[in-house]
Amino acid sequence: MKIIVSGEKKEVAENLTVAALIEQEKVETPQYVTVSVNEEFIESGSFADRILHEGDEVEFLYFMGGGK
Amino acid sequence: MAFTNEQLERYSRHIILKEIGVKGQKKLTASKVLIIGAGGLGAPAALYLAAAGVGTIGIVDADVVDLSNLQRQVIHTTEDIGKKKVDSAAETMRQINPDVTVNTYHQFVTGDNILDLIEGYDFILDGTDNFPAKFLINDACVMAGKPFSHAGIIRFKGQLTTVIPGESPCYRCIFKDPPPKDAVPTCRQAGVIGAMGGVIGSLQAMEAIKYITGAGELLAGYLLTFDALSMQFRKIKLPPRGSGCAVCSDHPTITKLIDYEQAACELKK
Repeated sequence: MKIIVSGEKKEVAENLTVAALIEQEKVETPQYVTVSVNEEFIESGSFADRILHEGDEVEFLYFMGGGK
Repeated sequence: MAFTNEQLERYSRHIILKEIGVKGQKKLTASKVLIIGAGGLGAPAALYLAAAGVGTIGIVDADVVDLSNLQRQVIHTTEDIGKKKVDSAAETMRQINPDVTVNTYHQFVTGDNILDLIEGYDFILDGTDNFPAKFLINDACVMAGKPFSHAGIIRFKGQLTTVIPGESPCYRCIFKDPPPKDAVPTCRQAGVIGAMGGVIGSLQAMEAIKYITGAGELLAGYLLTFDALSMQFRKIKLPPRGSGCAVCSDHPTITKLIDYEQAACELKK
């Protein structure tokens, strides 16, 4: 199925979970990433249970602490 | 108050813009912006806000200028090494534009002082380099109803959002709690390309100017991310301000400011 990850179309396996996508995308500091699916935040405790569907739009939001 | 001929000349490229005009320039002159952190983000933001004629600019920073700052903190010069950053920044801003009143605060923001610091200002810029400060600024601005620009930079990446308390999602809507110390790298550990502060800090100044003048649409409800290596900007729509946020929901569970413990990137031992 096709989903959109960080604005780009991706072909992924059916029934892929958010947790599996995080691993597949080699997300940096995966334990601290914030994930939204279709403009809704996903609780980090639900990453393993949240199954993605065709057309879902996934965004990864990262901590960025620098500034000085 | 009417502008002098010199001011009309100084601000002529603003005044000619239909989104700003004399009216917008007067709003800038009457406005007060507080910049927390006179570093990579705060330095370019302060330069542009001073040049733009923001009437009062407050600058908060407890550090002194260090040689390693000069690769990106363009408001300070080699001669300023060892000076308080707030003094060095104030001097440059006054040189750029004598119209501007600069207030300096040589201190760290804490739960005890931040509400007093932000009170007299219309818009706040977060140019800090550590998560405890970023969460503190978010929570204080939400509690006091102060609009602010949040930003972060690291390596070749940067991001920012604008928070209008009570309307758009806040920093804590995105990130519930600060990461544990050293879990996420700082600029000192990971490095940052100097021009990134220029890109993102200038965008923060842009948001302050747009907020004050009412020009265009703010980055409220969006996170703008920039990757300099691929030269990609992305404007990511954030979920709406939800009922779940511990600080900005209608029934917050955080009602007191928290001083999280964590050494900042630039904190001296």
